Amino acid sequence: MVLASGNGSAAHTATLLVEIGAILFALGVIGRVAKKLRIPVIPLYLLAGLFFGQGGVVKLEASEDFLSISSEIGVVLLLVMLGLEYSAGELLSSVRTQAPIGLLDGVANAIPGAVIALVAGWGGLAAVALAGVTWVSSSGVIAKMLGDLGRLGNREVPSVLGVLVLEDLAMALYLPLLTALLVADGGASTVIVAVLVATGTVGLILVVATRFGTTVTKMFSADDPEPLLLGVLGLTLLVAGLADQLKVSAAVGAFLVGIALSGAVAETAVEVLAPLRDLFAAVFFVTFGLSTSPGTLLPAFPLAILLVVVTSATKVGTGYVAARRVGVKRRGRWRAGVALIPRGEFSVVIASLAVTAGVEPELGPVTACYVLLTIAVAAAVQKLPDRLAAEARWSRSARRERRSRVPDPTG
Amino acid sequence: MGLEIISRVLPGIGVCQEVPLHGGRRVGIVTRRNGQREIVVYDEDGDGAAATVSLNEDEANVVAELLGAPQLMVRLADLQRQADDVVTEQLPLSAESPYDGRALGDTQARTRTGASIVAVLRHGTTHPSPGPEFTLHAGDLIVSVGTREGLDHLARLLDGSG
Repeated sequence: MVLASGNGSAAHTATLLVEIGAILFALGVIGRVAKKLRIPVIPLYLLAGLFFGQGGVVKLEASEDFLSISSEIGVVLLLVMLGLEYSAGELLSSVRTQAPIGLLDGVANAIPGAVIALVAGWGGLAAVALAGVTWVSSSGVIAKMLGDLGRLGNREVPSVLGVLVLEDLAMALYLPLLTALLVADGGASTVIVAVLVATGTVGLILVVATRFGTTVTKMFSADDPEPLLLGVLGLTLLVAGLADQLKVSAAVGAFLVGIALSGAVAETAVEVLAPLRDLFAAVFFVTFGLSTSPGTLLPAFPLAILLVVVTSATKVGTGYVAARRVGVKRRGRWRAGVALIPRGEFSVVIASLAVTAGVEPELGPVTACYVLLTIAVAAAVQKLPDRLAAEARWSRSARRERRSRVPDPTG
Repeated sequence: MGLEIISRVLPGIGVCQEVPLHGGRRVGIVTRRNGQREIVVYDEDGDGAAATVSLNEDEANVVAELLGAPQLMVRLADLQRQADDVVTEQLPLSAESPYDGRALGDTQARTRTGASIVAVLRHGTTHPSPGPEFTLHAGDLIVSVGTREGLDHLARLLDGSG
């Protein structure tokens, strides 16, 4: 590319490198800052995108193609890593033990999104999309937060993670459905056909993934990282591309490849793919921010705040019930509730799918605001249950002390 | 021993193993997939962490050794002491022995003396772990394990003097 003939193309290459370099360098700095401030990095990437984007402070032109392709790959990598991190056994046992909670989670958190979209006059398709945006908590942000707070050993944590596992699994059905609806955009019959094709394909891939997972895994060897990296990345992109061709959503194809791989191969694949995921996922979040102009954020605020208030409450309720089911006491239940508030990668994936398909332009900025706010709110309230409990204990013991000092009137 | 360990799978992260201690407090060990460990001390509520310390693999090994080493020393010392007390001897069966031509079970050696007969040497061949029906003959060497007193008692028994 560097050798490309013609002055124009050489100049283009130069700008391209400069722009990509500037973006990545800025993201590196942001990552450092996030680490120092101990805050999740996803909202900062979104903010950086807003800063760079159309109507933003800095104009980007040459790198547009690179960014859009990279962000596609970023989504695929996010999903394949998610699939790799869960074993088929973990998925199945989560479904067996947590199915009612998964159902409650879906109903309690998706419906408010859909209702608010309809009330705002966005139409049915946008309502389905916004339902997904408010439904899915961010497993990335939540796992990070729980780890940073030193809460992984807590009793309520398995129920929190169980909810996340089920949401991720539910996405394997939701995303193709959404894609089908977005593509169909016609009569009821085309919608039904598209939905049937989507669910059929997902079912087929799931059967292959769970039944023939070992065969798929045997294609790779955990001993050689380099062929493993290329092989797994290749297979993932291949399946993602085919899934996309069948209108099933590339993301789901990638997720299912991740589930199919297991054991040592999956562990090594996580190690070798992690740096790539970090790179391309960062670009994905920035690109989503880029596609949203800062000017549209302010009008999106009231709706986003309404969504945050309602769906934070419903998430807290979901977590509370989930933790109560496994016998966790009151304080732990509240901790489980607030842990589930952050939305993140999936909400952005859903919104960008819908916006790309031309559904409700406001969905983009509202989702950006919404994700930023849920993460901020979650970060602010994580310690609240423990703090309130400590205060209650303190005031209880203070009262007891006061009472004991009052002389006994009968004696 | 007999401590109940509560295991909790953390999908996508690793596993948490919780141990209730004698004073009613609980500690837990979180093992992440990447080998990183966390030691969790639970609060009085029992559900949440009062404190969490993160250890990398090397640090976890050092802590494990510090916790495990005294235990190992005690066990070794136990073994050593046992070895000091336990003696192995070959006792000859004389022609005057009341047990010449009788079954090993008749001696009731273990019940009477506490010593065990682990083998019998006859004409240069070894008969390991002889059963109670094994017939003894004069000239057998009876390999026995026991305490000093036990073995002395057994020797007198076999001679017909005990």
